[in-house]
Amino acid sequence: MPRTYADLLREARAQIREVSPHEVSAQPEGSATVIDVREDSEWEQGHLPGAVHISKSYVEQQVEAAAPDRDAPVVLYCAGGIRSLFAAQTLEQLGYTNVASMSGGFQAWKSAGLPWEAPVVLSAEQKQRYSRHLLIPEVGSAGQARLLGSKALFIGAGGLGSPAALYLAAAGVGTIGIVDFDVVDLSNLQRQILHTNDRVGERKVESARKTINALNPDVTVIPHEEMLVAGNVDRIINGYDVIIDGTDTFETRYLLNDAAVAKNIPVIHASVFRFEGQLTTFIPYEGPCYRCLYPTPPPPELAPGCSVAGVLGVVPGIMGMLQANEALKVLLGIGDTLSGRLLLFDALDTTFTELRLRRDPNCPVCSTEAVAARAEGRPLPIPSFAAPAADAPFVLGGPA
Amino acid sequence: MSVVKIPTVLRPQVGGSKEVQLAGTTVGEVVDALTIQYPGLKSQLLTVDGDLNRFVNVYVNGQDVRYLDGLATPVSERDEVRLLPAMAGGAGAAPG
Repeated sequence: MPRTYADLLREARAQIREVSPHEVSAQPEGSATVIDVREDSEWEQGHLPGAVHISKSYVEQQVEAAAPDRDAPVVLYCAGGIRSLFAAQTLEQLGYTNVASMSGGFQAWKSAGLPWEAPVVLSAEQKQRYSRHLLIPEVGSAGQARLLGSKALFIGAGGLGSPAALYLAAAGVGTIGIVDFDVVDLSNLQRQILHTNDRVGERKVESARKTINALNPDVTVIPHEEMLVAGNVDRIINGYDVIIDGTDTFETRYLLNDAAVAKNIPVIHASVFRFEGQLTTFIPYEGPCYRCLYPTPPPPELAPGCSVAGVLGVVPGIMGMLQANEALKVLLGIGDTLSGRLLLFDALDTTFTELRLRRDPNCPVCSTEAVAARAEGRPLPIPSFAAPAADAPFVLGGPA
Repeated sequence: MSVVKIPTVLRPQVGGSKEVQLAGTTVGEVVDALTIQYPGLKSQLLTVDGDLNRFVNVYVNGQDVRYLDGLATPVSERDEVRLLPAMAGGAGAAPG
């Protein structure tokens, strides 16, 4: 004899433990995975803080990613407490041993006056554009909304900045600032893929804006067509969440470092030379800063720029993409960044080498003493840049 | 013998080699052996007082010797010593 809905519901009630909204609310945060099994349109109207959203129709496919430990507590809820009972049965079939359904669902939760939050709602077009992000539990619609609200600043729309800006734009980082006072040169096009042949002679910030907005109109590009100098660095970097350093000169790099440490803005640093690249992430006060890594700049002959030494075009491409990866992790607050680690890339051998970096306890910029001195309005003096001259004139060899 | 990894920018001073094998029980001894063999490197690596220049970092098995014992950091057989100066290039167009 076929069973009725009432039969199935009775069976589910007998099988599944139910908890009240107050019991769920009283649980320490993070002690159970709370899963909202309602439809997208219901979730968008509001949900329990910290809940994960998996529509009931996707529970079998997606629950293992959201709750990998089958013995850890899981609480399901829906609008009124019925659908979550049936979804809980599915979880038990999948081997989950500690599943509960919240009685009365979200309606009872709200009626009890418990706190809830409304997610940022993406437009239909955004849901399609970012669909591959939305499928990743670590990003999802909350992460995507965070990216759309984020501001990334590029120092230079060159070899490193080009791939990094393209990927951050594609990822939906909502505001991209670009500091560059240069114009597109034919010799840039071997690696600076933001720019195109027909834009030779055009301002790089304008060329970059065109490419970025052609890729993703969600992105607001803020051009800063000026050279980064002591007089403008604080104004330019103000309000950005992360900075992608693609500078060519040590002077600019130290200037940027000092200002970003003072404002507590992470800097994703990379530099390249022929077939090699270096990459690290400077998170102020968590890891070292650029001055901890290199307290003084080398003499110019020991560190020629790309226009002198040359660079294989893909090397800044690869390093710039790794910068974009670091920036996305910083913005989303996921994963482990390269803070405290220096990654070396050798394109000829295709090898990556990792070196351990440490904070310099005597750093004139990021040490405890330096922070205190800044707070008192008397920043520590920074050693002069005058690097000792090398005896032998440095001669670059090999194919440039 | 320890392996000393030579950065591209210093390779012209060592006949183009990517790495050289050198004997020494400390970083200082290895650097001395390197600069005796390749005198052109001395002014790049060391100050007039014989200390490491601050713009060249030296790592033993991935650890910065500034936070170990500097030039006195022990080096054993098959350890990897890496010389690493800062790089300028951001792959932009401005002269480096």
